[in-house]
Parts: sequence; structure tokens; C-alpha cells
Amino acid sequence: MTDDPTTALRATRLGRRFRGGWALRDCDFALPAGRITALVGPNGAGKSTLFHLATGLLRPTSGELRVFGAEPGTPAARDRTAFLAQDKPLYPRFTVDDTLRFGRELNSDWDQASAERIVRAGNISLDARVGALSQGQATRVALALAFGKRPDLLLLDEPLADLDPLVRIEAMGLVMAEVADRGTTVVMSSHVLSELENACDHVLLLKHGAVRLDGDAQRLCDSHLRITGLADPATDDGLPPDVDRAGVVEATLTGRQVHALLRHSDWSPGAPWIVENPSLEDLLLAYLRSDSTPGTSSTSAEAAA
Amino acid sequence: MIAFRIDRRSGVATYLQLVHQVRQALRLGVLEPGDRLPTAREVVEAVAVNPNTVLRAYRELEREGLVEPRPGRGTFVRRSLARPAAAADSPLRAEAAAWVGRARAAGLEREDIAALAASVLDDSFPPPEPPPPFIPAPRPPQTHTHTQEEDT
Repeated sequence: MTDDPTTALRATRLGRRFRGGWALRDCDFALPAGRITALVGPNGAGKSTLFHLATGLLRPTSGELRVFGAEPGTPAARDRTAFLAQDKPLYPRFTVDDTLRFGRELNSDWDQASAERIVRAGNISLDARVGALSQGQATRVALALAFGKRPDLLLLDEPLADLDPLVRIEAMGLVMAEVADRGTTVVMSSHVLSELENACDHVLLLKHGAVRLDGDAQRLCDSHLRITGLADPATDDGLPPDVDRAGVVEATLTGRQVHALLRHSDWSPGAPWIVENPSLEDLLLAYLRSDSTPGTSSTSAEAAA
Repeated sequence: MIAFRIDRRSGVATYLQLVHQVRQALRLGVLEPGDRLPTAREVVEAVAVNPNTVLRAYRELEREGLVEPRPGRGTFVRRSLARPAAAADSPLRAEAAAWVGRARAAGLEREDIAALAASVLDDSFPPPEPPPPFIPAPRPPQTHTHTQEEDT
């Protein structure tokens, strides 16, 4: 297999089984370096399991995962990876200064100036106790700890959960600014799809432990059509007979109106149909709702090509 | 210098919102030739969008000849869009106001008038060429092979 420098995170037939069953199974994907990937999926889809596999906190049951070609958990991979877990674990009794010193002592290539700059830009005193910080301030300290490590790959598990709207923009702005400066690869999970739309340029959608969508965000939107029109009375689903049913992600028939999302479609309407490219949020919602996702492998194969 | 705003519900692509806001600032004289646009870092820190979105907007403005990048220093305004003929006290504006008055007197609603004006504009101006596909540039710490992956 090839480990070219353009791939930050590559999964090959990756699987992880817990007592309750497979959390991830037969996953193949290649997340590009220097990009911001949205990791999307319903609860229990395997997002957190994937993060834990990428940091070496879990080992795969089958297949393999590589971080810039290295096995997660080995020094080569660990030095390049930073992970901010959902609950942002920080020691509440530490001061902010203690917390940064902790990062400095654990990481040989520590950037104290950047970490302090991120903390100070949030008007947080280095002497403040972590337990006394607001949610937004604690997120900022956690991000300072992550960026102080100078990671090439930053994994963020629901970084904005529990934050108020102003702090969400501030925290996301902080991540984007660091990406603009350093070209850090980011993989970010979130349930707030509208926030991912502006921040992310690559998408990995997991459902039931499998990859349902993997590719460049703009290209995915361009290769799908959202169509609305008068239902064809001759077909069960209301779609015209010449629409390739294998490319229908979802179709809804309401009275005389049919509303559908089509993939890789060169179908051009003969009747007056409203045809447009979906927004990323619309596209992700359709795939999250839809259980019939024929030809997922062709989507991911195209993205990996 | 200007500050950008992003309307996440507008349905207009984010990079186009940035382009429109620069054009608007050039029309209003808020930006003048020689002014520096905010850096990608400054923009994304304020509005929390992907850095490539800003680069794409600036590339589009550069393609239109409105701004130019100066390596190591930033992106600078090349020319203004301020038009004295479109100012608040210009004869053209007075004529347009009189025409809108006649349209209302004829019973047209606001939307009818906008549609009529848009259709006349469409007749006068050929449809714009679609912008070339955007290929995100590799960011500094990345290797140059990054762009090859974009070409697939």
C-alpha cells in the first residue's frame, strides 16, 4: 500500500469490535493532509471509536489505521497527533500555567509562545484555576494545549458541544486561524451540520460503523442533484422512469409532489423540474436519513483515486 | 481595512459573500486603491470559515483585476468601483427614481419592478462566464504533491 504525504489518515479494512458488536467494520478511507475533514454520523456510528483508534487509545480488531504512514500510538504517530476529547479532560485543580507546563513536559517540540498567546487572547490569567474557568475559557485552554503540541493532525471530538453561540464562533475561529498559519490537518466531529458547512472542505460520513460518504465537500455537492417536481403517476416512487434508481439517495412523495436527491446523475429533466445542487448540510442530512445507500464503495473509491 | 460578515442562511456561497462585500466596499469608497485586505488568518479568526474559502474569494477578486497579491505583504486593492454617476445626487439616480415612480403609478409591486429591471439588465449584459474551478493551494507546511491529489 502507498503512504503518500498527501494522506493524513488512512484506514484499510479497519474494524473494531466491542462486546456489543462491531463499532466499525471494513472501513476504507483516506483523509487528505492539509484539509479540514468533517466526521459526521449519528450517535453510535463509530466516530469516537475512530478517534480513539487514531490516537492509539484503542487497537483495531481487524484491518489497520495509519497516521501519516505510522501506526497510531507509536512515537512517530503520537508526536504528530493532538486529540481533544469530547469532555475536554483538564485537571480542575491545576492553574492554567500548570496545565501548559504539563504540556511542555510531555512534549519535546512544545510551542509555549503559541499556547500562551492563545490563552491570553481569551483574556485568561495564567494564574487562574482550571476548575474556575467558564466552559468557553476551558475550551480555549484545551485548544492551547492541543496547538502547543504543534500537531500535524488535530482530532476534535465535538469541540463545540456545550458552548454558547458566541464562544462557538470564537473557538472555531481559533481553530481556523491556526490552520491558516500552519496548514494543520483537522478532523472534526459535530452534530451541528451548519457549522461544519463553512469550516470543512472534506467529508467522512459514518453510519452503523461503515463509511457512507468520503470525499471533497464541494465535489460531493456538485455531483448530487436535488430535484423537486410533479410526481409521475406511472411509477411507485413518483420519479420519472428514466431516472437511474441506483443513484437515488432518497425520494419523498407528498401528494402530487416528489422531492429527491440523486447521486452522480446525468439525468436532465424533460418536464418542468426544479433542479439544483444541494448544500452540504442538505446532502449530509439526506445521507443520514437514508438507509439505502447503493454504491457507497464507488463514492469512496472515487475520492481515494 | 474592512471586516467581513457571513450570513449562514443566505444560500449564497460563502466565498461569494466575501467577494460581494469587497465589491460593495469598493463601490462605497470604504476601500480605496492601495488599501490592504485582511489576511486569511485575520478573516477566518473573525468569521470561523475554512481558510481556503478566503483564498478562493481573493483569487476571484484578483481575476477581476480588483486586487493584487504582493508576496509577503498581503493582498492590496488595485482599483476602485466608486462611480460618481451612481452617487445619491446624480442625474441617473433621479431618472431611475422617476421611472420607479411611474412603474408604481402603473400598479406594479416591488417584486414586479425588480423583475422588470432585472430582465432589462439581462438584455443589456451578456451572461457572465462561470469562474474557473477552484483548486485549493497547498498551505505552507504541506508538500507540493498536495496539489496532485486535487487534480484527480
